[in-house]
Parts: sequence; structure tokens; C-alpha cells
Amino acid sequence: MTALVVEGVRKSFGDRLVLAGIDLEVRDHEAVCLIGTSGSGKSTLLRCIDLLEPVDEGRILLGGEDITDPDADEDAVRRRMGIVFQAYNLFPHLTVLDNVTLGPRRALRVPKAEAQGRATELLARFGLADKAGDHPDRLSGGQQQRVAIVRALAMEPEVLLLDEITSALDPELVGEVLDVIRGLRSGGMTMVLATHEMAFAREIADRVHFLDGGRIIESGPPGAVLDEPREPRTRQFLQRVTGRR
Amino acid sequence: MTDAVGRPGLTPRQLRERRDRRRSTAVAAVSTVVVFGAVALVVSRASGFDEVRSSFFDGPEFTESLREIVPAFWLNVRVFLVAEVFILVCALLLAVARSSRAPALFPVRLFATVYVDVFRGIPVLLVLFLLGFGVPALRLEGVPNDPVIWGTVALILSYSAYVSEVYRAGIDSVHETQRAAARAVGLTGGQSMRFVVLPQAVRRVVPALLNDFIALQKETSLLSVIGPIEAARQAQIESARSFNFTSYTAAALIFLAITIPLTRLTDHLLGRQRRRMTVGPAG
Repeated sequence: MTALVVEGVRKSFGDRLVLAGIDLEVRDHEAVCLIGTSGSGKSTLLRCIDLLEPVDEGRILLGGEDITDPDADEDAVRRRMGIVFQAYNLFPHLTVLDNVTLGPRRALRVPKAEAQGRATELLARFGLADKAGDHPDRLSGGQQQRVAIVRALAMEPEVLLLDEITSALDPELVGEVLDVIRGLRSGGMTMVLATHEMAFAREIADRVHFLDGGRIIESGPPGAVLDEPREPRTRQFLQRVTGRR
Repeated sequence: MTDAVGRPGLTPRQLRERRDRRRSTAVAAVSTVVVFGAVALVVSRASGFDEVRSSFFDGPEFTESLREIVPAFWLNVRVFLVAEVFILVCALLLAVARSSRAPALFPVRLFATVYVDVFRGIPVLLVLFLLGFGVPALRLEGVPNDPVIWGTVALILSYSAYVSEVYRAGIDSVHETQRAAARAVGLTGGQSMRFVVLPQAVRRVVPALLNDFIALQKETSLLSVIGPIEAARQAQIESARSFNFTSYTAAALIFLAITIPLTRLTDHLLGRQRRRMTVGPAG
């Protein structure tokens, strides 16, 4: 089954064309990586998929349903997806537990006790049980990002969108966050990741898409795109990020 | 590293810092004495000093006028408390209305914007006159004529406009990414405002709100222009009776008894907020 389809999506901010016609398909339980330089449109694409930005043209289908239809209930659509941001964006005035339960309680109307029970379980699974009562500013970057992932998972999303979730982290904290993603991958979570971690993309992705100037220039299994890129632009980009020739 | 541990334990740097600290204290003390001494000297040698002292600082007159002014001040306190509760709620509603984004809420946004423009632009005194004299003159069935009520309503109308701008500044200061994160966990626009934006916004503007409370506490004395006898008006009555201005001094001190603690509290909260902003996360 197809979890997510992006068809001819275009998006501009003012006169700046950020997405110049994107087509993308993500099957159930598939992990898809978006790679490309900063400004290539990866983040905007993820934000458009989560309806945080309206698309100018094209359609996005979630589970076969057109979510860019003006009549679609945007809030209901967002409840079916999770997104994790580069800068965590935790709610600083809430404890870790309340950060995780806010969505389920208010958007899904899960009773408080049940939401807290589920959240506590999830936090424990990701080694954050002892942080439940803390506020986000007491946590390290890696811990904050793991909480942000748990917050997204608590909504039991059909698709998880991850926007360069390790880019703001100190190098020694990247590993703990990537471990979480590995765990989700083996659990069969459908994911779209924008990432700069090429080694990780190679390890985890079913397919890799290289974006440049708001277009997908090259797609394929990680072995093909990352090791034997056909397009000169892809080659150039990979040389720059890996430092290899 | 305290003195109790032993002075010989202090490093040269600590000794220098302590010396600098002591020197600062000494300079502050000397400059205070010099400035206040000079002011006292100039004032007390002024030719009208004795008359001013007897007409503004008369002991027996002071105690007597306090007896009259303190009960009158109770009216200021009641008006302040009632008005404040309504202002906090109305201003919040106005601010949320102005910050709403749904196209369907345009009329609400328009109303709130016009309201704030109008009431921020009219002197409180005029609003008091318009309501205090205007409404009772309508002789509406079932509408109270008590000037205290209309005076309080006037304060609520004016201050709600000011305070809503304080709230709005707080709402605008919450970063856009917080709203995105709230929407991302499925909250509606209204829920995002209620559970994510407002709690952070209100916390940030508490000192600014207190600032407006202090102003309001003083402005309750404006009520006297439409009739009610509150502390300042009572002081005026006392002064007319005794031909002495000490009652004004007494009234001023009564207001200070309330506003100074509020001011200190505001400064304390502001200081705490600044420290929180500068001290980063713990690790």
C-alpha cells in the first residue's frame, strides 16, 4: 500500500520558488531519505506534507486521500502524521510528560490517565522515564530531541516526518537520537527523513531522493544514489558532504 | 571561600575584589550624605520653609485627616480590585481576538482593533465624564445610576485597551515555531493559542501587567470628578475645612503604602525574568 503520494507540488515564498514540481511516493513501512544542500527544499517539502505550509500547486495524498483538498480538515490530517523539527520545538512551559500528552489529550480526546500511562510507557522505552517531570530546559539536546520524537509518536502517526533532527545536536549526542530512529525503522514505522547524515541514510533508507533547486534530481536505492550517482549535481554534492572524490 | 574559612586563604584576586567592593560601598554612602545634606540645607533655608512645613506637615492635622481619608481610601481599593479583575479578562479577550488568524473571525479582529484604537486614544478623564454623566442622564429602566459603578466601568473600558496591548506583545513574543509544534500534534488554532501560546505569553508579561496595575491604583482617584468621595477628594475636603494642606500629604502616603510594595514586586519579578533569560539551560 502507498502511505503517501506527492504529485507535482510547487511552492514559492514571494518570488522565490522553493519547490519546483515534486513527485514522491512512500509505501507503507518504508523509510525515505531526502538529501540535498540547505535551501534545496527538503524542509519546505516536509512542512508542506504536514500542512504547516499551503502548497501552491499539486496534490498530496495520505492513505489515498487528498489532504490538499480545500475541504479537507487540516487539523484531522495533522493528527495522522508526526513531525520532528531540527530545533526540537518542545513546549518550554510544560513538563516532558505534559509535552507528550498534550496532543493525545486535547486533539485525540484521550482521557488524562490513559494518555499519561501511554506517554510514560513510551518515555521509558526511549530511556527517558526519569525525565517525565522535568521541564525541557533541564534536558540535554539529545534528550530534548528524543522527547520531541516521543511527542510525535504519542499521536500514533501513520507517517513520521523528520526534519534534520540531528543537525542542531553536538556530535556526541547524534548517536542516541539515531538509535531511536533505528528502533522505529525496525518497528516498521513509515518515515520521511531530511538528513545530512549520509552514512545513516545509506543504513536506514529504502530509497534516497536527491533534491536540488526544488526538484528531485535523482532517486533510487541508497547504494545506487550514494555510491554510483548518475547526475553530476548529485556527485558534486556527495563529494562536498563526504569529502571524498 | 568565605571569611570564616580564614583570611589567609584568600587569593590576591579575591582580596582585590573585596577591596573594590568596599570602596564602592563607601563612595555610595558619601555621595548619598552629600546630596541629601545639600538638598536639606537648601530647602530648610528657603524663605517660605516654615510656612510650607506648617501647612503640609502639621502633626495633629495629619492624624486627624488620616482618620477621614483611610475609610475613603477603602473605596479606591474596592474600585481597583473589581476593575482589575474585569480588565484582566476583557484585555485578554481583546488581545486573543486581535491575534486570531481565521478569515471567518475578521469582524472580531476588526472590532478589537477599533476598540483598542478608540479607548487608547481618549483620556480616561473624558471616558469618566461621558459614562458618569451620560449614562444616568439617559434614565434607562433598570440601569443603575451609581457614579461609582459607571466610574469603575470607565476605568475598565480604558485600561482594557492598554492592557490588551501588553498581552498582545506577549503573544507576539512567542516564537512561530511553538505554534507550528502545537499544530503538528493536531491541536486546532484555538487550542494552540490556549495551551501553548497564552501560557508562555502571560508569564512573560506579568511584570508589565503589574506596572499597569500600579497606574490603575492611582487613577482610581479620578473617580472623584463624577462625584464619589475617594481618598484624594476626601483630602481636598479636609484641606478646605482646616485651611491646611497636610491632608494631601496624608493621602499621598496612603497611596504610596500600596504602590511602593507593588513597585518592588514588579522590580523583583523583572529581575528574576532577566536572570532566567541570561542563564542558559542546565547542561
